[in-house]
Amino acid sequence: MSEIPSELRYTKSHEWVRSMEDGHLEIGISDHAQEMLGDMVYVELPEVGATVNTGDDCAVVESVKAASDVYAPISGEIVEVNSMLSEAPETINSDPYGEGWLFRLQPVDDNEVDELLDAEGYSEVVEAEN
Amino acid sequence: MPFIPHTKQEIEEMLAVVGVASIDELFSEIPAELVSEQLTHVPAGMTEMEVARLMTARSQQDGNYINFIGGGVYEHHIPAAVWELTTRGEFYTAYTPYQAEASQGTLQLVYEFQSMMTSLMTMDVSNASLYEGASALAEAVLAAVRVKKGINTVLMPRTVNPVYRKAVNSIVKNQNIELIEIPFSIENGATDAAAIQNYSDRQVAAVVVPQPNYFGVLEDVDTLTDQAHEIGALVIGVVNPTAMALLKPPGQWGKEGADIAVGEGQPLGIPLSSGGPYMGFMCCKQKYVRQIPGRIVGRTRDEQGDTGFTLTLQAREQHIRRSKATSNICTNQGLMVVAATLYLALLGPQGLRRVAERCHHNTNTLAQKLCATEGVHRCFNQPFFHEAVIRLDRPVADVLSAIEAQGINGGIDLSPDYPELGNALLTCATETRTIDEIESYATHLERILSR
Amino acid sequence: MLIFEKSLNGRTNPSQAPSEDSVIDDIPQHLLRADEPQLPSVSELQAVRHYTRLSQKNFSIDTNFYPLGSCTMKYNPRACNKYAMLPGFLNRHPYSSERTGQGFLACMYELQQMLLDITGMRAVSLCPLAGAQGEFTGVAMIKAYHQSRGDAERSEILVPDAAHGTNPATATMCGFKVKEIPTDENGDVDVGILRQVVGPNTAGLMLTNPSTLGVFERHILEVEEIVHTAGGLLYYDGANLNAIMGKVKPGDMGFDVIHMNLHKTFSTPHGGGGPGAGPVGVNERLRPFLPIPYVIETSGEYRWAKEDDCPRSIGRLSANMGNAGVLIRAYIYARLLGREGMRRVAEFATLNANYMMRKLQERGVDMAFPGRRATHEFIVTLKKLKDKQGVSAMDVAKRLLDKGHHAPTVYFPLLVPECFLIEPTETESRQELDSFISAFAEILQETETDPDLVRHAPHSTPVRRLDEVRAARELDLAWRDESN
Repeated sequence: MSEIPSELRYTKSHEWVRSMEDGHLEIGISDHAQEMLGDMVYVELPEVGATVNTGDDCAVVESVKAASDVYAPISGEIVEVNSMLSEAPETINSDPYGEGWLFRLQPVDDNEVDELLDAEGYSEVVEAEN
Repeated sequence: MPFIPHTKQEIEEMLAVVGVASIDELFSEIPAELVSEQLTHVPAGMTEMEVARLMTARSQQDGNYINFIGGGVYEHHIPAAVWELTTRGEFYTAYTPYQAEASQGTLQLVYEFQSMMTSLMTMDVSNASLYEGASALAEAVLAAVRVKKGINTVLMPRTVNPVYRKAVNSIVKNQNIELIEIPFSIENGATDAAAIQNYSDRQVAAVVVPQPNYFGVLEDVDTLTDQAHEIGALVIGVVNPTAMALLKPPGQWGKEGADIAVGEGQPLGIPLSSGGPYMGFMCCKQKYVRQIPGRIVGRTRDEQGDTGFTLTLQAREQHIRRSKATSNICTNQGLMVVAATLYLALLGPQGLRRVAERCHHNTNTLAQKLCATEGVHRCFNQPFFHEAVIRLDRPVADVLSAIEAQGINGGIDLSPDYPELGNALLTCATETRTIDEIESYATHLERILSR
Repeated sequence: MLIFEKSLNGRTNPSQAPSEDSVIDDIPQHLLRADEPQLPSVSELQAVRHYTRLSQKNFSIDTNFYPLGSCTMKYNPRACNKYAMLPGFLNRHPYSSERTGQGFLACMYELQQMLLDITGMRAVSLCPLAGAQGEFTGVAMIKAYHQSRGDAERSEILVPDAAHGTNPATATMCGFKVKEIPTDENGDVDVGILRQVVGPNTAGLMLTNPSTLGVFERHILEVEEIVHTAGGLLYYDGANLNAIMGKVKPGDMGFDVIHMNLHKTFSTPHGGGGPGAGPVGVNERLRPFLPIPYVIETSGEYRWAKEDDCPRSIGRLSANMGNAGVLIRAYIYARLLGREGMRRVAEFATLNANYMMRKLQERGVDMAFPGRRATHEFIVTLKKLKDKQGVSAMDVAKRLLDKGHHAPTVYFPLLVPECFLIEPTETESRQELDSFISAFAEILQETETDPDLVRHAPHSTPVRRLDEVRAARELDLAWRDESN
C-alpha cells in the first residue's frame, strides 16, 4: 500500500499539494503515481513565470513504460521548479513527497486548496483504482 | 495457392479439438447477412511458374531507358552485397524489434545507422528512419511547432521540391499550421535570404533550408541559418545525403548549425523502383530528442553487464502515449535502413565522396554538352550540385517525348510548377552515366531542336 | 562489436567507388565540407561478414514461429520478392512518363480492383505508405467530407478503449479530439454508452473488426446505425483483415472508409520495422477526397489521376505514389492466392487460432474471453500466475525465446492484465502449433519448480534481459570516435 501523508492535499489525477509558509504551494506526484509509472527517466518542467489554470497540463513525467502529464491542481504563477530532477529523475521514485517535488506556484486564490481532496479522499481514489 | 500446410486429416482432427463440425462453424459469431459470396474481381490463383511468366512480361513491357531524371530520386550504383544481405530472411522477415533479446541484429544495425547518419549530418541524434523524404519534412515541421509551442507559422522556400511542399501541406494543414512561401531569385535560383527578415516581427516556428535545392542550386546555407535563428526560428535542413560527403553538413551551417535535418535516404543503396519503398531520415540536436517522432535505438547493458541494444524513448510513441504521441507513425523503413547501412559501410567516407564528386562532374559535363546546342542555356549562373536547370527555346514536354522515343529519359519539365522559368528542364547525370550516354543525349537534343 | 570498431583509416573499397577523378573546383570553398564523416572504412568481406553475423542474432519468420498478435506474421513467399526485384521494376524512375510504365501501372490498377472487391468499397488509393498513414488519410478524408458540407462542428473522433494507439494518435494529427468508448465484459463495444456519447460533434468512429480483443464485434450493424444516424462516418482499421478476407467485406458492414495493412494481410515483409503499405478504400461519398495519385484506366491505357482530375482530394502524402515495391509484392501474392485462396486464408488463420486456444485452455491457461470464439487471434491472461508466483507475462514471453519461439504480443490490449495476444496465422503447420503449446506448458511447469529461471529469462539469446531504464536515462544513441 502506498504512502499518503495526511498533511497534504491531493487531486484525482494523482498530484499532491503542500502549503508552504511563504504562501506558495509545492506540487509533486503521489507515491501511488510513481509506483504505477515505474522507474522515472525524464521530467519536463514548466517555465518559471508561466501562469497556469487549474487542470492545465504543465509538466511531464516519463518512465520507460509511460509518459504522463502532470496537471496544475490550482491556478497560479510558477515561481520555482525543481531543476535537480533533470539530472536525477529517479528522485521522484525514492522521495515523491520530499526531494521529488516538481514545481512551486503562487496561487491566484488561496481558498482553491480547500477544494482539493484530503488524504482520506485520495486514498479512496487509489483504492478504487486497485 | 495460399501456403496452407494442413492435410485433410489434420483439419478433421483440429476441428474435433475445437469441437466444431466444420470450418464455417468457426465463423458463427458473424451475423449471417454479412457473410459474402465469392469474390468476383480477384482472378483464380496461379502457380509460381505462371506468376513468373506474367511478371517477367510486365516488367519487360516498361523497357530500359537511359535515365537523366533526378528531382530528389537518383540512380546510383548499388553494390551487389547490399541487397544480397538485405533480403536475407533474418532481416527481411523479422518484425519491429520490440523483443530486444530476439532482435539484436536489427537493433545493432539501426544503432550503427544512427551513428552513420549523425556523423554525415553532424547532428547529435538520428531516429531509425521515417517513411520517405517529403513526409519526413512534414514530421520535422510538426516537431518544430511542438518545440515552439503556440507558434504555427513555418517558412517554406519555393526552391524546395514542389511535391514535398504539397505533401507537407496535406499532412500539417489539419493542425492549422501555416506554410509561408519564400521566393527565390530568378537570376540565380537561390532562396532570397532577405525575405526571411520580412518576418522578423512575426513569430516563426521554423525556416526550411534545402541544400542543394530542387534546382540543384547551392543555397547560402550559413546566411539563411543565421537569419532564421535571428528571428527566433528553428532551422530545418532538407539535404541530399550523398551530397553531405562533399558539402557542408547541416550541423555546421551558420553560427549554431541547423536544428533538425531531414531528407530522402533513397540515394543510399535503394533502387528507383517507381517511387518506393524509400526511407526518410531525421536528425536533430540533443535538446530536441524528445520532440522528434519515430523509433530510436539506444545502447545499454544486459542483466550481466554485457552491451546490448534496445528501442528507447518509446514513451513518446503512439503505442504508449496514444492521443498525445509525437506522431501516429509506427513504421520505420527497417529494410531500407539495412540497405542504407550496408551501402554506407561498403562505400566508406572516401567512396561516398567519390560518388558525390562524380555526380557533380557528370552533371557539369551534361550541362555543358547540352548547352552547346543553339537556343539551349543554363538557367542560373550559380554554384550547383548534382542537378542543373536548362532552358530550351520550345516547350519542354514535346522535347522530352521526342527524347524518350530514343530510349532516353531526359529530365523533368519544370514549367507546370515554375512557369516563371519559361521552358525549363531539370536534368541530372549521376555517376552511373557514361560519357557516351551523355553525348548521345546531347546529340539527340541537338537534332530534335534543329527540326 | 560495432562496424566502426573494425574500421581502419585509409582502408578503402576501390571496386565500389567511381574510378575516374572528378572536377569539383567550381563549388566555392565555404560550401564544402571540411571534415570527413565517421563512416566505417572496412573491406567488402568485413562488411558482409559483420552484417551476416548480425542477421543471425535476429528471430524471423524464416527461422522461428512468430505468433505476434495483431501483426500477422505469416510466411512471405519468396516468389513475391524475386519477381518484384526484376530489373524492369527496380530501374523505373518515378518521374518517368506513364507511357514507359504501362506494365507497372497495369499491376497497380489490377491491385486496386482486387482490393475493391475484397473490401466492398467503391474506390481505392494505394498511396499511404503504412497503416498509420492509411489511418491518417482516412481520418483526413472524414474531416474534408464534413468541411465540404459546412458541418464544421464535428470535432470528435470516437475510439474504443481497446484500440491500437495509432487510432487516437491519428485523430490528434488530424486536429480532432478523441473520445474513448468502453468495451463490455464480452469484448464488444458498449453500445449503451456509444448511444449517449454520439451527437452533433461526432465526426466518426474508428473500429477494428475483428477487434483488437480477438473477437468479432457482434453489434457492428447496430454500431453502424448509431454512428450514421448521428451524422458521423465509420472508419475501418484493417489491422485484422486477415481474419475475414474473402468472407466478410467491410463495405457490407457499413464502413465508409478503410485502410489495409498489406504487410500483414498480403504478406509483404515486415523487414524489421518496415516498409509497409496502407492503401485506403472509400465508398461513394468519400471518393472525391481520395489521396493522389491513383491509377485510372481509359481505353486500355493506364495513367495517374492527379490534382487536375481530383480537385477535392486531400492531396499528396509523400513525394511519390506509395511504396511501389511493396505493392508489387502484394500484387504477386494476390495473384498466387487467387479468389479461393484468399477465402482459405481467413479460414485457416481462424482454425489455427481456435485450435491453439482450445489446446492452451486444456493446459489450464486462462482466456480473456473464454465464452467467445477466437478469430484469427485470441487473448491469454496470466494474471493468476502473476498473483500466485510473481511471474509476469513478460517473464513468460522471454522464456519462450529460450524455447525457440518468438513471444506473442505482450501487454496489448492494455485492458487485459498480464496478457498475450496470440496470432498463429494460416501458414503455420499443426506441428509448429503443438510445439509452441508444449513449450508454453513446460514454462508453466517451470514457474512452479524454478520460478527464477523464468523471471530471469532469456538465457540462450545473444544478450540477457536488457536494462531499459539505463537506456532511457543515459541516452547513448550514436557511436562516437573517442580516440579523437
